[in-house]
Amino acid sequence: MFSGLKDKVGEVLLPGDEFSLETDDTISLTERVKPEKVVCGPGLRRSGDRLLVCKSGVLRHKQPNMFWMDSQQRRYVPAKGETVIGIVTVKSGDVFKVDFGGSEQASLSYLAFEGATKRNRPNVQVGDLVFSQFVVANRDMEPELVCVDSSGRANGMGVFGGGGLLFTVSLGLARRLLSPHSDVLSDLQTLFPCELVVGMNGRLWVKSSSVQQTLVIANLLQSCDTMTAPQRQELFRRAAQGAL
Amino acid sequence: MKDTPLSNCERDFLLKAIEEKKRLDGRQTYDYRKMKITFGTDFGCCFVDLGKTRVMAQVSGELVTPKENRPNEGIMFFNIELSPMASPAFEAGRQSELSVKLNRQLERCLRNSKCLDTESLCVVSGEKVWQIRVDVHMLNHDGNLMDAASIAAITALCHFRRPDVGIQGDDVTVYSPEERDPIPLSIYHMPISVSFSFFQQGTYLLVDPCEREERVMDGLLMIAMNKHREICSIQSSGGIMLLKEQVMRCSKIASVKVSEITELISKALENDKKARKAGGKCGFAESMPQERITALKMDETPVEMTDVTDRANDIVQKAEAPPQTYPLQSLNNSSIYQDHCGDVVEISDSEEEEVVILHPEKADKAPT
Repeated sequence: MFSGLKDKVGEVLLPGDEFSLETDDTISLTERVKPEKVVCGPGLRRSGDRLLVCKSGVLRHKQPNMFWMDSQQRRYVPAKGETVIGIVTVKSGDVFKVDFGGSEQASLSYLAFEGATKRNRPNVQVGDLVFSQFVVANRDMEPELVCVDSSGRANGMGVFGGGGLLFTVSLGLARRLLSPHSDVLSDLQTLFPCELVVGMNGRLWVKSSSVQQTLVIANLLQSCDTMTAPQRQELFRRAAQGAL
Repeated sequence: MKDTPLSNCERDFLLKAIEEKKRLDGRQTYDYRKMKITFGTDFGCCFVDLGKTRVMAQVSGELVTPKENRPNEGIMFFNIELSPMASPAFEAGRQSELSVKLNRQLERCLRNSKCLDTESLCVVSGEKVWQIRVDVHMLNHDGNLMDAASIAAITALCHFRRPDVGIQGDDVTVYSPEERDPIPLSIYHMPISVSFSFFQQGTYLLVDPCEREERVMDGLLMIAMNKHREICSIQSSGGIMLLKEQVMRCSKIASVKVSEITELISKALENDKKARKAGGKCGFAESMPQERITALKMDETPVEMTDVTDRANDIVQKAEAPPQTYPLQSLNNSSIYQDHCGDVVEISDSEEEEVVILHPEKADKAPT
């Protein structure tokens, strides 16, 4: 199966395609038989002794034995530990309701901010942007957000957002921006200096020194989603020269 | 489902950008988004793309009894549907305020302006008249639904052909499109609506607002005009105070925009007429650009063609003689598949033949 998977790396697969656990007909008696271990990432699912594809996309491989389906998606499904940009919609008593683009709104307690106590309430209004992470995010319960990490420090999370622009991109681009040594990010650094907040729900917030530059960066990021690397570098170079 | 709420920072940024005369997508203050008009296979079906806003209009006609106070005039009926496909804020079935407002505006724009000659729709006075029904469906909402809907409705009306009717004494026969060519409606003029959005109590003005600009606007002015510079309908909503000079300026801008849009519509109708006359395949499927990445994509394989006749002869001579009574049908039954480049690729239907005969007459001469 490992070899079967390896063959299909880089090909487009559809939900329903399967890989069966075929063992070799002959087992060598002299060599040590190493058990094959395959780590299935998102989009692949094990069912009995078969490996099923459940999302359409391109099969990717990372050494030594990690396989996953790379697909374009814009609808965010919350997962524990992920940091997202949310918009506060309701402020009721002790809890804020935050919209993050999912099927229901998440709840954010007013005590989940750094240095917040019952007397010292955080300054959060309806319509503010919050950068927070999920502590509860499964399909049976209402999602819950917090703006502190496990040691009680804010670590970059909390209310933000005066003067910038919020826009949406696909989830894949958000992940690419957050990966270490991301080329999209390094290409962006060759343009103007700016502040960028990336939410894993596909929402980005950008602020630069002028309105025009902010708009340029926002439009560039929205359009470089489906471009290949050379096309993207060409586009950024043209923007840096001031042609756009 | 509720729509995504607008955050404070987006609202502040948009207003600040408008003060600096900048729009989100880089347009100028008076610019329209890219407009695209395509037609479906039936007469009277029209799609309009205004940037990302997408609208479909379908015109249909049937014979009904006329209204009692107007026995020799046809009936026009308009209906705008806000499909939930267009935006998460639209709910199916329920008549929202926006839906009522759009319906009313479209009716005033098209019916009260008398753009269609209703007396020509009369077949038998007092008994049978044509009822022309225009259904407009919103497919995607990215701002300015009214303009897109009015363009789609009037283009679909110009594109529609009603069946021909013959009257002999008391008999009324409706001819099908195969018997007699259907005839177009008689349209006097084409009213098109242009929307202006106002910000900061009327200080700043934008033409053709997109969805985010619509959310932060103070008020909206809609002017429906035709290319002869006659105002068909004018409506202001949002409760803003406008000065006389502002309204005059908007009407001047509207007349320029309407003449451009009318020209675009006429060109689209011309192109469609030419395509239909040339017999080419027309319709929604053909007008969509092919953007698939998989599905039946095969790389072109070069085929060696140098001595193909000799090779074919060899194969034919070595093969058994086919039954003499039936002429070979493989080429006649093949379906012509026209792919998007316009090249014709023949796919043979017959799967039993292992040999593709290039020259049928050679097979008859095959030695037994």
